[in-house]
Amino acid sequence: MNEAHETVAGHGPVEYIQHHLHNLSIGEGFWTFHIDTFFFAFGIAILIGFVAKKIGDNLNPDNPTGMQNLLEIILEFVGQQVKDAFNGYNPLIGPLALTIFVWVFLMNAMDLLPVDLLPWVATEMGIPYLKVVPTANLDTPLSLAASVFMLIVIFNIKAKGGIGFVNMFLFHPFPADNPVVKIILIPFNIMMTTIEELSKPISMGLRLFGNMFAGELIFILIALLPWWVQFIPGGLWAIFHILIITLQAFIFMLLTVVYLGMANQALEADH
Amino acid sequence: MSITVTLFGQMITFGILVLFIWKYLWGPMTTMMEDRTKRIADGLAASERGKQDLEIAQQRAAQRLREAKQDAADIVNAANKRASEIIEESKEQGRQEGKRQLDAAVAEIEQEINRAKGDLRRHFINLTLDTAKKVLGREIDASAHNDIMNEMIKKL
Repeated sequence: MNEAHETVAGHGPVEYIQHHLHNLSIGEGFWTFHIDTFFFAFGIAILIGFVAKKIGDNLNPDNPTGMQNLLEIILEFVGQQVKDAFNGYNPLIGPLALTIFVWVFLMNAMDLLPVDLLPWVATEMGIPYLKVVPTANLDTPLSLAASVFMLIVIFNIKAKGGIGFVNMFLFHPFPADNPVVKIILIPFNIMMTTIEELSKPISMGLRLFGNMFAGELIFILIALLPWWVQFIPGGLWAIFHILIITLQAFIFMLLTVVYLGMANQALEADH
Repeated sequence: MSITVTLFGQMITFGILVLFIWKYLWGPMTTMMEDRTKRIADGLAASERGKQDLEIAQQRAAQRLREAKQDAADIVNAANKRASEIIEESKEQGRQEGKRQLDAAVAEIEQEINRAKGDLRRHFINLTLDTAKKVLGREIDASAHNDIMNEMIKKL
């Protein structure tokens, strides 16, 4: 790591940390727009799109090289996960899972850049705050989770039908044969199913956010150490963090596929 | 840390990125990889078939070779047999021809001998008769001594 924090903050560890956790944003309250988060997420999206288009247009089946090989490996890996976890066929699942995996992975990977590097560059350019890792901002994981949640609802309705979807809330997870008991159970069922459905995207989003936020925080804390000792914990944490960013991207991808796979199943007969 | 409008910006970005990846990477690449898998499978199957064909062809070729060798041996045998037959026939013909010519020659010689004997006999008789006529003159009656004459001719 570098010791730029002294030039950036220079007040004390608390200010330094707060400075690092402060987004570059415009607007107030809900209408706050985190420019840095959006910029990096969007920039990575553009990068992925650019590479994807370039490779996709120049596919060489007989003599694959470099990036095409890498993407083929990732694609086969993701495709295998989809095949294992998603029953039935939906053309959207594969590209969706691939995009989530690659995008989340690259956004997480921003964490591996020296924690002060980009903020320092930004300060030099006159930008006061910069939070580099998009997934360490609650908005990004939750936006992905919300998109997946919308898809879960759509898949549910598609697989079960509108009435089936409503039935899922009314008679699940506590089915009953007696009509009276059935009606009594309805409020509980609605509550339970709502919690169950909402907990899926929220847990998914918060898991990713928590991991990345904590990881970033530890990088910041390491950056507070004297410069000549930083490389020991910093190096160890960075190496370990490679595992975390990959794992979190993988978990997010896999959970998306699994949840959509569950949503895609037709409603089982009451039992 | 609270939810802000950035969330919706990210959602839109995400949606566009998924569609883009789908259209330009996932679609073409999966198609390509399926094609390649199929082509590799086809190629392997073809090579397997080729190997089998080769084996069959080799077997057939070996069979042909054996047959050809057999045929050649048969032909040589037949030719040898025929050659010896022809030789035997020629020998036989030669022998017969020789014998025939010999016989003819012998017969001719005999004929010549007989003719010469006859001629000689006649000459001798005539000569003897002339000589006897000249020596005996009229004293010898041809008719009286005819039997003696015939006896002499027979002796000759």
